[in-house]
Amino acid sequence: MQKGLKLQNVRLTLGGTLLLSVDAAVAPGEVLTIMGPSGSGKSSLLAYIAGFLDRDFSAEGTVILDNADVTGLPAEQRRIGLLFQDPMLFPHLTVIGNLLFGLPPGVIDRRARAQSALIEAGLEGFGNRDPATLSGGQKARVALMRLLLSEPNAVLLDEPFSKLDANLKDEIRILVFARLKDRRLPGLLVTHDQADANAAGGRVIRI
Amino acid sequence: MSPSARSLIPALAFAVLAGPVIVGLLFVLLPAFGYLPALGGDSFSFDPWRQLLAVPGLWRSVWVSLASGLVTGTITLFITGLFLAGFHGSRTFNAMRRLVSPLLAVPHAATALGLSFLIAPSGLIFRALSTVGLGTDRPPDLLIVHDTWGLTMMAGLITKEVPFLLLMALASLAQIDAPNRIAVARTLGYGPVSAWLKTVAPALYPLIRLPLLAVIAYSSSVVDVAIILGPTNPPPLSVAVLRWLNDPDLTARFMASAGALLQLGVTLLALGLWLLAERFFARLSRSWMEAGTRLSGDRTLAMLGGFGMGMVAAAALLAMVCLTIWSFAVSWRFPALTPETFTFANWLRATGTLWTPLVQTLVIGAISTVLSFVIVIAALEHELRSGRPAGAWAMRLLYLPLVVPPVAFLFGLTIAAQAARLTPGALPVALGHVVFVLPYIYLSLSEPYRRLDPRWSRLAQTLGASPTRTFLTIRLPMLLAPCLTAIAVGFSVSAGQYLVTQLLGAGRVATLTTEAVALASGGENRVIGVWALSQTLLPAIAFALAIGIPRLVWHNRRAMLVAR
Repeated sequence: MQKGLKLQNVRLTLGGTLLLSVDAAVAPGEVLTIMGPSGSGKSSLLAYIAGFLDRDFSAEGTVILDNADVTGLPAEQRRIGLLFQDPMLFPHLTVIGNLLFGLPPGVIDRRARAQSALIEAGLEGFGNRDPATLSGGQKARVALMRLLLSEPNAVLLDEPFSKLDANLKDEIRILVFARLKDRRLPGLLVTHDQADANAAGGRVIRI
Repeated sequence: MSPSARSLIPALAFAVLAGPVIVGLLFVLLPAFGYLPALGGDSFSFDPWRQLLAVPGLWRSVWVSLASGLVTGTITLFITGLFLAGFHGSRTFNAMRRLVSPLLAVPHAATALGLSFLIAPSGLIFRALSTVGLGTDRPPDLLIVHDTWGLTMMAGLITKEVPFLLLMALASLAQIDAPNRIAVARTLGYGPVSAWLKTVAPALYPLIRLPLLAVIAYSSSVVDVAIILGPTNPPPLSVAVLRWLNDPDLTARFMASAGALLQLGVTLLALGLWLLAERFFARLSRSWMEAGTRLSGDRTLAMLGGFGMGMVAAAALLAMVCLTIWSFAVSWRFPALTPETFTFANWLRATGTLWTPLVQTLVIGAISTVLSFVIVIAALEHELRSGRPAGAWAMRLLYLPLVVPPVAFLFGLTIAAQAARLTPGALPVALGHVVFVLPYIYLSLSEPYRRLDPRWSRLAQTLGASPTRTFLTIRLPMLLAPCLTAIAVGFSVSAGQYLVTQLLGAGRVATLTTEAVALASGGENRVIGVWALSQTLLPAIAFALAIGIPRLVWHNRRAMLVAR
């Protein structure tokens, strides 16, 4: 049996017109890139896989994660993580509060786990800070750590580097893809930036 | 909450909002045609109507009520619209934006009482005129408060309704991208006021239409402001109906029921006339908009708007000043501009009697606000989770209790409560308040609730949080400030209710508002000052907490402070 993320005949339609159709498998540690212009339904595809597609869209097809069909599951039970364009650190929680929010409740030594994630992100001592006081790069790293702490089985990336400053882009790209590879996570990246696709180093589907 | 439980929420909202109105109207319809076995009416007849039509001055009452609705609605719309047109984006506009919520928090009765101290022949304005040598040393012999045509009553209503409509307009303006529309029109050569009136107003009007209709309905059937400022003989129809309801002769209730239905008719007529006028002006305005005139008296219109808004703000603020001065005055002889000596005695003397109504107001306000808040949150969560935003019918349902005259359905509700052998008291009153509190909480909270970026909830879910946990740890804390504001709005609506409290409490439930209105006819200005201010104080505290608590809780969360 084969681990990873599989999309079987996923078709996305809006008001009767076909936006895109994808049939692909992503192995653990691989990042599949989907490239296309804005409005092509890339983000909606991610929403469908993650489990919260707008009612305006209709979609069919099966999402299989580690040999289990997750298409019918609610978003919170799919174990599919998502990185947005913005770091989206919860503004009402501290930095460590954000990390703890990602960590599943049953885990032992929650605080220690969150602390070591903070160290891994090079942010030791930032735990009690207001996320609003962090720099763009720091926020991106916290968002990545929060995602990894939630122990996903696959990760969706919705143009996560597009809003970063040019000098940060490379650094964060390398960090994100290295971490996904380390943890043997299948990744699905949507972007319209060729540099993102190059850094991901996997197959590219153009729509 | 399970999806099946959630699907009951629209039905619950319908029961809470439409239920009392429908039941109330039904139970007023029967006695209006002579049927009310409890009072010996066991056959249908037109006697109540014959009796009603024989009341001297009835048509004057009807006329004043109708005029009050239409005049108040028209002037309120003009002041609000011209002010926005003339001052959008200016410093005055921003000052007014900050002032609007506090003005709204002041109960109607308190504003009306303060206004009567301001414009009465012995009031602050005539004292000021005397001081600068333009008046006499005796109050002029004029009938200003309680004037026959209800003009003072309308002025009092306008003072309260302009802030309401302005707030609703400000909330709606966010939806229509006004700055862009104005920019386009101005680059085409339109003056700032004309640009606003021709590009923003047509988009804004449909959004503030329901609140405006509520203003018209309210003004055509108001009771507390009418008792304090309105004509007395004959009074506006709603006050006349209330008098007949309270008649010791119980058979007067048949006529009162007919009167309540007549009031419903008068309010519907006012709304109908408004809708007709709307069509007429829609046609007229189209040709005006397409005429291409770049400047249509821009300066004059702006000045009118500024003058109207200035009058409203000045009246509301000076009314509070008058109440405050009287509450600390020993004696305040005409034409002195201020009392010679000030004292705390008025307040100290009142403390003994203030306590019970104060607690009663708090308890009723707390029950009705908490209940309404829970229902509103449940409804908004239902909208969010089912992905179906509330439709137009939901908004109409929400405005139902604000458009049907309370005197019409509340009396029927009292009869229904009596028939069901419910004892009048604080609990029925609190439940009755929900009918009026719930719409305002919904209006206050729905916009921020829908505006919250849906990605926050999605993100929480991809991190493994259940919908309930997402609601409790993400949405609720992130919306703390708007939630508290909505609670303060709800509480102040409850604290200001007069008629529901009076009717469902059978006159035995005393709140700060019922006591303040009852004192109005007594003419003891120092006592009125103390009570009207106390009545204002509770909503003021609620709003202060709604502003202060988020600042305290989020003092270390920059993004939470700037977001609002």
